[in-house]
Amino acid sequence: MTAEYQTVEHDVLVIGAGGAGLRAAIEAAASGVSVGLVCKSLLGKAHTVMAEGGMAAAMGNVDDRDNWRVHFADTMRGGQYLNNWRMAELHAKEAPERVKELEAWGALFDRTPDGRILQRNFGGHRYPRLAHVGDRTGLELIRTLQDHGVHQGLDVHMECTVLTLLKDGARVCGAFGYDRERGRFRLFKAKSVVLATGGVGRAFKITSNSWEYTGDGHALAYDAGADLMDMEFVQFHPTGMIWPPSVRGILVTEGVRGEGGVLKNRDGQRFMFDHIPDNYKSQTADNPEEGWRYTQGDKNARRPPELLTRDHVARMIVREVKDGRGSPHGGVFLDIAWIKEKLPNAEEHIKRKLPSMYHQFMQLAGIDITKEPMEIGPTTHYIMGGIRVDGDTQMSSVPGLFACGECAAGLHGANRLGGNSLSDLIVFGKRAGEYAAKFARENGGVAVDPKQVEAAAAEAIAPFERADSAEGPYQVQESLQGTMQDNVGIVRAQSEMERALAEVQKLKQRAERVGVRGNREYNPGWHTALDLKNLLIVSEAIARSALERKESRGGHFRDDYPDKDPAYGAFNFVVHKGDGGSMQLSRQPIPPMPDHLKAVIEEMK
Amino acid sequence: MATTAPSAKDAYTAAQAAQDASAKHDTLSFKIWRGENGKGDYVEYKQDVVEGMVVLDAVHEIQATQANDLAVRWNCKAGKCGSCSAEINGSPKLMCMTRLADLDASKPVTIEPMRAFPHVRDLVTDVSWNFRVKKQIQPFKPRKPDAPDGTWRMDQKDIDRVQEFRKCIECFLCQDVCHVLRDHGKHESFIGPRFLVHAAALEMHPLDTADRIPELKQAHGIGYCNITKCCTTVCPEHITITDNAIIPLKERVVDEYYDPIGKLVKIFSRRKASEQ
Repeated sequence: MTAEYQTVEHDVLVIGAGGAGLRAAIEAAASGVSVGLVCKSLLGKAHTVMAEGGMAAAMGNVDDRDNWRVHFADTMRGGQYLNNWRMAELHAKEAPERVKELEAWGALFDRTPDGRILQRNFGGHRYPRLAHVGDRTGLELIRTLQDHGVHQGLDVHMECTVLTLLKDGARVCGAFGYDRERGRFRLFKAKSVVLATGGVGRAFKITSNSWEYTGDGHALAYDAGADLMDMEFVQFHPTGMIWPPSVRGILVTEGVRGEGGVLKNRDGQRFMFDHIPDNYKSQTADNPEEGWRYTQGDKNARRPPELLTRDHVARMIVREVKDGRGSPHGGVFLDIAWIKEKLPNAEEHIKRKLPSMYHQFMQLAGIDITKEPMEIGPTTHYIMGGIRVDGDTQMSSVPGLFACGECAAGLHGANRLGGNSLSDLIVFGKRAGEYAAKFARENGGVAVDPKQVEAAAAEAIAPFERADSAEGPYQVQESLQGTMQDNVGIVRAQSEMERALAEVQKLKQRAERVGVRGNREYNPGWHTALDLKNLLIVSEAIARSALERKESRGGHFRDDYPDKDPAYGAFNFVVHKGDGGSMQLSRQPIPPMPDHLKAVIEEMK
Repeated sequence: MATTAPSAKDAYTAAQAAQDASAKHDTLSFKIWRGENGKGDYVEYKQDVVEGMVVLDAVHEIQATQANDLAVRWNCKAGKCGSCSAEINGSPKLMCMTRLADLDASKPVTIEPMRAFPHVRDLVTDVSWNFRVKKQIQPFKPRKPDAPDGTWRMDQKDIDRVQEFRKCIECFLCQDVCHVLRDHGKHESFIGPRFLVHAAALEMHPLDTADRIPELKQAHGIGYCNITKCCTTVCPEHITITDNAIIPLKERVVDEYYDPIGKLVKIFSRRKASEQ
C-alpha cells in the first residue's frame, strides 16, 4: 500500500501551539528561518488558556526586595533540589524581560497604583511575584502571542495531530501526522523540530487537563530515542471542583488563596495550621491574623499555610477527608466569602479579582463564592517530568529535536511552584525557538525515509480495519485512567504501582485490538484510538519511575517510604526506549551546582 | 517536604465513590444533528445523565457509549477556550457551560452546529474565516516606552474597559448570532462583532498608536451593524459588545468622517502621542 499525503517543508517545525510553542515559533521566525506551527486544536485554544493565577517574574514591582536570586532559591526549594539548576537560574533571570516583552506586544496586566505591572502572592514564592490579569492570565498570554505571531509569517497548521517523528540517521528530519477535519495525512519535512505539546493529565481520571493532554510530545520523543526524566513527579493541584460529579477536576485557581481564601474542614477548622513543614516554618504565619495581613500586602507578615507548596496542601486535604473531617462531597471547604469580615466591599472585590471563579461556580455548581464556601479536592494538574533537555539550548539527546514548556523536564524538579509554568513557557519557548533556528541554519538539508512514513500511515489506519472489534477506544482509555488514578495517584505504594504496571501491559494489548467505525473525517473515536499509544507510554514511564523512587519528595509521595531520603537527591530517574523496544530506567547524576548558585541557596535559607 | 503520612487513601477513594453514588440519575432524550457538509438530519439518543451534568457531558457519554464517531469540537470543558460552541434548543451557547438542569426537561434537548459557518461534520463547523479576518486587522503598535527600562505606565482605570474586551475567548457565538453574517452572509464585507471587539480593544489600548478607523468604515463594514445587540446577549463572557465596543467605534467613525474640525484635533493629538 502507498499512503497518500501532502508534504510541507519548513526550516523549523514547532509541534504544539500553546504559550511555549507560540513563543518558540515567534523567536525562530524572527531569526529569518521558515517556521511551521502545528496545533492539535484551533489556534489560541491550547491548554495555556486555562492557566489562571499568573506568571512568576522577579520584577520587584510590589516588593522591591525581590530579585532573580530569591526566585531561583524559591524554585529550587520548591523542586526539592532535583531541578536542573541551570534552567532554574536562566528562568529566574530572564522571566522579567519576557513579561515586559508581552506588554510590548499588547498584553494588559493588572496595574500597581503607580501604573506598573501588578504582582500577586502565590504558594512557595517569598514575595508577590505573579504578573496577572485577574484570574485569566493564561488567556492573556496566549492571545497576546497568537495576535503577535500571526503577523510574523508563521505557517499555522490548525487541528493537526502528529503521529510520529521522522529521522534521518540520528537526526530528526520532520514529522508525520493527519489533519483532523478531513483525516488526510500530512508530512512535515524540517531541519529541526521543537516539541511543545504540554502534559499528560488525561492518563488520570480526575484532571484539570483538556482532551489534548495525552503526552504526545513525551511519547514522540521517547519513540525517537530521547530520554524522559523525572516522570514520577506529577503535580496534583490541591483545589479542583468536586461537585457536581461532572465538573470534578476543573481547576480552582490558587489565586483564591492568594487573595485571602482559607481551607477549612467539616468542623470549620483551618487545618493547614496543624502541619507546617520544618523547612517552611520560618516563612509561614503561625496565626490567621498574620496570614491575612500577608495576603493584603503587609511586607512584615509571613504567608498563611494555605500558600505552602501544592504537593503538601494536596496531601493535607486528602488526610482531612480520610480522617472523616471532609466536606459532604469528599473534599474540604475553600472559603473566600469570609473576607467580608475584613473588607467593606468584599463582594465586588472578589468578583473583580476572581471573575472566572465566580462565574465558574455560579454557572456549574450554583454556588455564589462571595456568599458561601466552595467544596474542593485535589486534581491531576501538571507533570514536572518530561523530555530531558540541555538547559541553555533546550535540545534533547536527539540532534535537532528540541523541547520546551510542560513536555520538557528540568526547571521544576520534584514540584512546580504555581506561576512558574507560564514563565517557563516564555523563557524556554524563546530559547528553544532561538536554538532550533540556529540548528536549522547550521545544519544542511534532510532526507525523509519513505519507509518510516509508510509504516506510520499503516499503523494509523489499522483501527479502521478492526471496525468489527468488540472493543472501542473509549473503554481502554477509561480503564487506563482508572488504573492510574487508583494506583499511581497522590499517595503511592509498591504493590499498587506494580499492579498498575501489570495493568498497563494488558492495556497495551487491548489498545492494539481496538477498532473504530466511520470514516476519517473528524472522527473522535479514531483520534482517541491513536492517542492511546502515547497515554500508555507516559503511564508506564510514570509508574516505572515512581516504583524506583523509594522515598517521598515533592509531588511523589509513598505510603511505604513516607520520608525523604537524601541518597535520592543526587540523581534523576531517566527512561529511554531500549534496543528491544522495552522501557529502560537509569539514574542520571545531578551535576554539581556552581559555587555562585550554592551561595545563593545558602543566603536564602 | 517532610509530611506525615496521610495513609489509607482507600478512605479517600471511598469518600469520592460515595458522592458518585449519592448523585441523582435521570434519562434524557437528545436530538443531535448528524451529517457532513451541510447534509444530514437529527438523530435521537436516549442517555442516562447524572445530576449537575452540562450538555457537553451528555454528548461525551453518547460519544463513548453509542456513537464513537460523533464529531464535536471541545478542549477545556471549563468555559475558557471557546471551542464547544453550538446551538442548544436553538440558542447559541457553549456546550460546556450549559447545564442540563437549566433546559426544558419535557422535550428532547436539540443540539445543532453553528449556522453562520460552513458545516464540516456533525457538530463541527469550519471557523477558519474568523482567523483570516483577524489577520486583516492592523496589529498592536505601541508608543515609545515611558521609562528608561523600556516599560510603560498605565492606570488601572484606563485599562478596565480594554480588559473587558480581552476576556473574549473567541467562541464565535457572537458571529453565529449576528444576522449580518448568519442571514445575509456578508462575510466578505463585514468582520462581525468578535472582530469589532478586537478592533475596539486595540483602538482603546492606552499604548496603541495605529489608526484603524478608515478600515473599520471601509473594508470592515462597521456600518452594517444596526445594533440589535444579539451578540451581547449570547456572549458567554458577558462582554457588553454593542454598548462598550461597537457604538464607541461607530462614534469614532462618525467623528473621523463627518466632523472635519474634530478630525483635525484628532490628527494633531495622535501625532503628539506618537512623538512622546
